[in-house]
Amino acid sequence: MCLGIPAQIVRIDDAERMLATAEVGGVRRQVNIICIVDDNHPVEACVGDWVLLHVGFAMSRIDEAEAEATLRILTELGEMTP
Amino acid sequence: MKTVTLSHGGGGKAMKDLIGAVFVSAFDNPLLATLDDQARVPIGVLAQHGDRLAFTTDSFVVDPLEFPGGDIGKLAVCGTINDLAVGGAVPLYLSCAAIIEEGLPFDMLGRMARSMAAAARGAGVQIVTGDTKVVQRGACDKLFLTTTGIGVIRADVMLGTQYVRPGDAVLVNGVLGDHGAAILAARGDLALDAPIDSDCAALHGLVETLLAAAPNTRFMRDATRGGVATVLNEIALAARCGIELNETAVPLREAVKGFCEILGLDPLYLANEGRLVAVVPPDEVQRALAAMRQHPLGTGACRIGQIVERRPGQVVMHTVLGGQRIVDMLVGDQLPRIC
Amino acid sequence: MKYIDEFRDRDKAAVLLRAIEGVADEIRPEKPLQIMEVCGGHTHAIFRYGIEAMLPDAVELVHGPGCPVCVLPLGRVDDCIAIATQPGTILATFGDAMRVPGSRGSLMQAKAHGADIRMVYSPTDALEIARKNPEREVVFFGLGFETTMPSTALTVLEAERDRITNFSVFCNHITIVPTLKAILDSPDLRIDGFVGPGHVSMVIGMAPYDFIARQYRRPLVVSGFEPLDLLQSVLMVLRQIADGRAEIENQYARVVASGGNAAAQRAIDAVYEPREHFEWRGLGSIDESGVRFRDAYASFDAERRFAVPGVRVTDPAACQCGAVLKGTLKPHQCKVFGTSCTPEMPMGALMVSSEGACAAYYRYATKAT
Repeated sequence: MCLGIPAQIVRIDDAERMLATAEVGGVRRQVNIICIVDDNHPVEACVGDWVLLHVGFAMSRIDEAEAEATLRILTELGEMTP
Repeated sequence: MKTVTLSHGGGGKAMKDLIGAVFVSAFDNPLLATLDDQARVPIGVLAQHGDRLAFTTDSFVVDPLEFPGGDIGKLAVCGTINDLAVGGAVPLYLSCAAIIEEGLPFDMLGRMARSMAAAARGAGVQIVTGDTKVVQRGACDKLFLTTTGIGVIRADVMLGTQYVRPGDAVLVNGVLGDHGAAILAARGDLALDAPIDSDCAALHGLVETLLAAAPNTRFMRDATRGGVATVLNEIALAARCGIELNETAVPLREAVKGFCEILGLDPLYLANEGRLVAVVPPDEVQRALAAMRQHPLGTGACRIGQIVERRPGQVVMHTVLGGQRIVDMLVGDQLPRIC
Repeated sequence: MKYIDEFRDRDKAAVLLRAIEGVADEIRPEKPLQIMEVCGGHTHAIFRYGIEAMLPDAVELVHGPGCPVCVLPLGRVDDCIAIATQPGTILATFGDAMRVPGSRGSLMQAKAHGADIRMVYSPTDALEIARKNPEREVVFFGLGFETTMPSTALTVLEAERDRITNFSVFCNHITIVPTLKAILDSPDLRIDGFVGPGHVSMVIGMAPYDFIARQYRRPLVVSGFEPLDLLQSVLMVLRQIADGRAEIENQYARVVASGGNAAAQRAIDAVYEPREHFEWRGLGSIDESGVRFRDAYASFDAERRFAVPGVRVTDPAACQCGAVLKGTLKPHQCKVFGTSCTPEMPMGALMVSSEGACAAYYRYATKAT
């Protein structure tokens, strides 16, 4: 029950029911965005978000800065390790 | 809406009308038009093409009947042609046996017959004999087709797993898994909108091109159900050799990659209907790839691995990460997973 | 693919492996260090990329019981089939559960015998089946850890809002913390550190694991699922061991927030309450490890709508799934591995589930080792 994949929200389908279309590599699916919407990030703001998609629900917004930070650590590790 | 009824299978006038209106008119060739119980071909005609008869049969049951990139009719023609082609045979004649579920719309049946006819014409093959049965509702799923194919193999063509040697290259003619993904998406129950068409195609022209450039090709097989992984396991077992695959070399459409990631599927096990695996000696690989890439069905041709002595009977993949894993034979159907 | 390909980079993997070797050398353990990866998704990824064989001998990965399909007791599978075979019922399930053997066959076999069992990708697709078939009873087989609990709960809340009366859930959701505790309390196990479940943590956050560091003095690193995530997490666990630390760290910060997901947690609290006990295949009954629907949602609870046998069925005598689930045995050490228990004829769920350690071993592990 861990299979989750990064997908991008491309469109809001039903703001009231919190349904949007997410896309991975050109494949699209309607998803529920309740878990990624809050007072600071309303429904409309989700378009363009990269999210962790699990069984048709966007469960988390992927933090671009954290992703870059992780990769940067690995690059630096490469420069340090003989 | 006019539908097929049990009386259409009863052997009487209704059946004759159906055969005439649907099949004979679509397939349209003199051998079929006689409507004898058998098609008759002078042996001399066959002998002009080579010295061995190639003879194969396949049944086609697919849901849905129509899907992006093809339908059961096109599948039934191309699939059997491909079984002949990978043996190095020139495909010449097909038979077509149809089992029709009572209630199938006439329109649908007509479309499938015309699709078969188009595929056969495009391949230079004639559908010369056939059979029709109608079964009651529920006894089959809409339409089952069985095609048997006859072809002839040229005297100088020698293909078989017994010719496979360590050092040989494993080639495919393009991106893998399109058909399997297209069918799964078309069924609708996964509610995925995937821009993927089936790769359904007749490969005999490509095979001829390949054999002209690489006459010492050891063996070919078309990768249908169970995907390329299954074919490779079959080769490894039959040839008693090992096969090493390079994950980075496996060609995949971006959409198929995305589709597989979402559902937890391995594209190596997805069905193909226009892909072959060819085992080619090392000194003919470059010529083989160059020739295939000039052909419309081989533009994506590439080398995905090699035959080795190590671990005979096993297929081992060098993963993108640099590790290794076994690519085993599939058990049952591959199912989407959430874990 | 974004956020995937970058985390499968071969060169960075090589760097991480060298670093892991370096720290392993620093530690120089007398016996190989045992790092348990709890989550089935991690097991699958480890085998898919061949990671285990790439690690130095001083580091051993132990595959834990974080596979919710693998721990389904035979009796619960039987219950599910009993529901599915009621006339007029449609059972909707994830693909993972289709081939798990009950005491008289699997869901796949029940389907072959005529039960209307359909595979879905999402519980919302099961609800859609209910909408389209108002005259049929539609039951969704809800399974998974906390990762999947919110999606089931949110679907039930949607069914309630839309007044769908022919939809219910056969709830087999389980929680991770009691499992971890049972592992840590197990006398025959010596786990030096944990690679923690990334997507469970996405929901529950980091705080629930604190007891592992405080009470049991073991490091746990919450990990993503791409190979670089796993390698980095192993490195971070080793680093802690070398430093003599025991902390809960988050390698998967791009997805996991330390507080988890508030909306998901709210949905879980609204719909579920803990079960006093829940049976885990091979591990026996674990307190407070399962959830059931609150009374307010009784009408969506398949166990209350349908009569289910509820029989506790013991595993076949030869089956050693429990020991493998706890990590005390490696798959190939099980007496029936590869002989009476194979993917074609599985005796236990670990051989059936695509993320089960035994299936993974059988399919992926290079037999030369």
